[in-house]
Amino acid sequence: MALDKATVVRIATLARIKVADQDLDRMVGELQTILNWVEELNSVNTEGVEPMTSAVEVTLPMREDRVSDGGYAAKVLANATEPVSVGEGGFFTVPKVVE
Amino acid sequence: MRGLTDLTIADARAQLRAKKISSRELTQAHVDAMARCRELNAFITETPDRALSMADAADKALKGGDGGTLAGIPLAIKDLFCTEGVLTTAASHILDGFRPPYESTVSANLWKAGAVMLGKTNLDEFAMGSSNTTSYYGPVHNPWRKRGDNRPLVPGGSSGGSAVAVAARIAMGATGTDTGGSIRQPAAFCGLVGLKPTYGRCSRWGIVAFASSLDQAGPMTRTVRDAAIMLGAMAGHDPKDSTSVPRPVPDYEAALGQSIKGLRFGIPKEYRLDGMAPEIEKLWQQGITWLKAAGAEPVDISLPHTKHALPAYYIIAPAEASSNLARYDGVRFGLRVPGDSLDGMYENTRAKGFGAEVRRRVLIGTYVLSAGYYDAYYLKAQRVRSLIARDFTEAYRKCDVILTPTAPSAAFAIGEKADDPIAMYLNDVFTVTVNLAGLPGISVPAGLSADGLPLGLQLIGRAFDEETLFCVADVVEKAANFTAKPSLNG
Repeated sequence: MALDKATVVRIATLARIKVADQDLDRMVGELQTILNWVEELNSVNTEGVEPMTSAVEVTLPMREDRVSDGGYAAKVLANATEPVSVGEGGFFTVPKVVE
Repeated sequence: MRGLTDLTIADARAQLRAKKISSRELTQAHVDAMARCRELNAFITETPDRALSMADAADKALKGGDGGTLAGIPLAIKDLFCTEGVLTTAASHILDGFRPPYESTVSANLWKAGAVMLGKTNLDEFAMGSSNTTSYYGPVHNPWRKRGDNRPLVPGGSSGGSAVAVAARIAMGATGTDTGGSIRQPAAFCGLVGLKPTYGRCSRWGIVAFASSLDQAGPMTRTVRDAAIMLGAMAGHDPKDSTSVPRPVPDYEAALGQSIKGLRFGIPKEYRLDGMAPEIEKLWQQGITWLKAAGAEPVDISLPHTKHALPAYYIIAPAEASSNLARYDGVRFGLRVPGDSLDGMYENTRAKGFGAEVRRRVLIGTYVLSAGYYDAYYLKAQRVRSLIARDFTEAYRKCDVILTPTAPSAAFAIGEKADDPIAMYLNDVFTVTVNLAGLPGISVPAGLSADGLPLGLQLIGRAFDEETLFCVADVVEKAANFTAKPSLNG
């Protein structure tokens, strides 16, 4: 499939990665090269073949639905940029989203 | 003391138990080697103080006769494993300053067995690469040099720092992770043993995720026995990783030294690539001769979908990566780059925090999962993956283990292949099928190239049959008698 700048801008928005305008042409080229290469999979007959969804044959285990961990907000916040301390409520902070 | 850094884990274990050496001496020797070898850039974070206090604890346990299977053994940990309170970066700018409040299950298992942590090793950013040149912390240098050529070579990747730490005698063993060849290819490039266990053998909990259906942790060591010892400590069921398998961990060391008489080893014809270096082909033939001499029987097999493995991988792995890496948004940990809105902050943080290769893969992954393309790319690749797994199932009706080269070349110069992502991806042509099928694979050093660089042979086993791999790898190791050492070492 042929990529264009608009598509790359759309993907970059979905991926939340800012791509500078001057980098767009190069990015279109790089991604196109990779897509052209993987396109060869179309030559494989996969009719009636189920997609592989698990690398090993295991049935995922069930577990009791109960709290098994937690209760250490200060630890959870320790790596955040400018958090609100546990004493003052214990929050992550982000730029204002509601006016 | 320099001689201490040349010991294998098995020898050091015997000497520690016999009280001939202490873990403090052994650890100090490795801490000194780490300091002498900084130019190799194998470590992102060194933890010498922690190492020495862990060594003292191990000495105490050994004195009381209750040291674990790795009591007092200094190891290096790939900086993709979360280590409690110790900077964990995945070699990415986006994890700036991240000190996990928890320990990965695999590293916790190693500490429980008494091992000593020397530090966190360099890698390709988020384990995406085959040359350890995409790290935010700079490239790692292979301690091996071509004969008569002093240009620095890549150690392979993504577990390049781990490979170099072990090859250069800085660590006795190291953890790696392998998504498409990231343990086995650097092991081959640095003259080491590297094992990717069966998917589900080791817990992935606390390992920074790249492609969750392919990632698996494994040991990197200088001998097959050392790999067996390390895997025994790393492996096991973990309720915190629902894909880790509730099977008992066998005594892997017991598999060593067993006869391989009558064992059938498969030679896949599709691994004979056009234009493959003659010395790789020669090495492969040599491996066949060794196994035959030990009484095993070669069987021609076919893995017909091999050539589609890399394209399938470069859809599946980026797709899973784009999903796994969505968590890096500047909110809860790591780098934050301000923006004029919440989305602006996300976009700036991820543009600045991810390197070029990671951005490229996240974008590819986002594209192949996006509406309208999901069936054409992602589902198609997952169907091809089924066919690749089926190839192995068919092959194992005719053989017990498969022998191939590990990589299509020896180590190359830093900067080579840098402008051509696809040429770089081809490094994993012999290893990636194993991840797609979820099987175990081991690389064993088997000889030197004409330029004097290490080359590896790969053995691929049935699911959860690491024991056969260790047994056959032991035969290859003994026959190859690989005693060469890199020119640079601690």
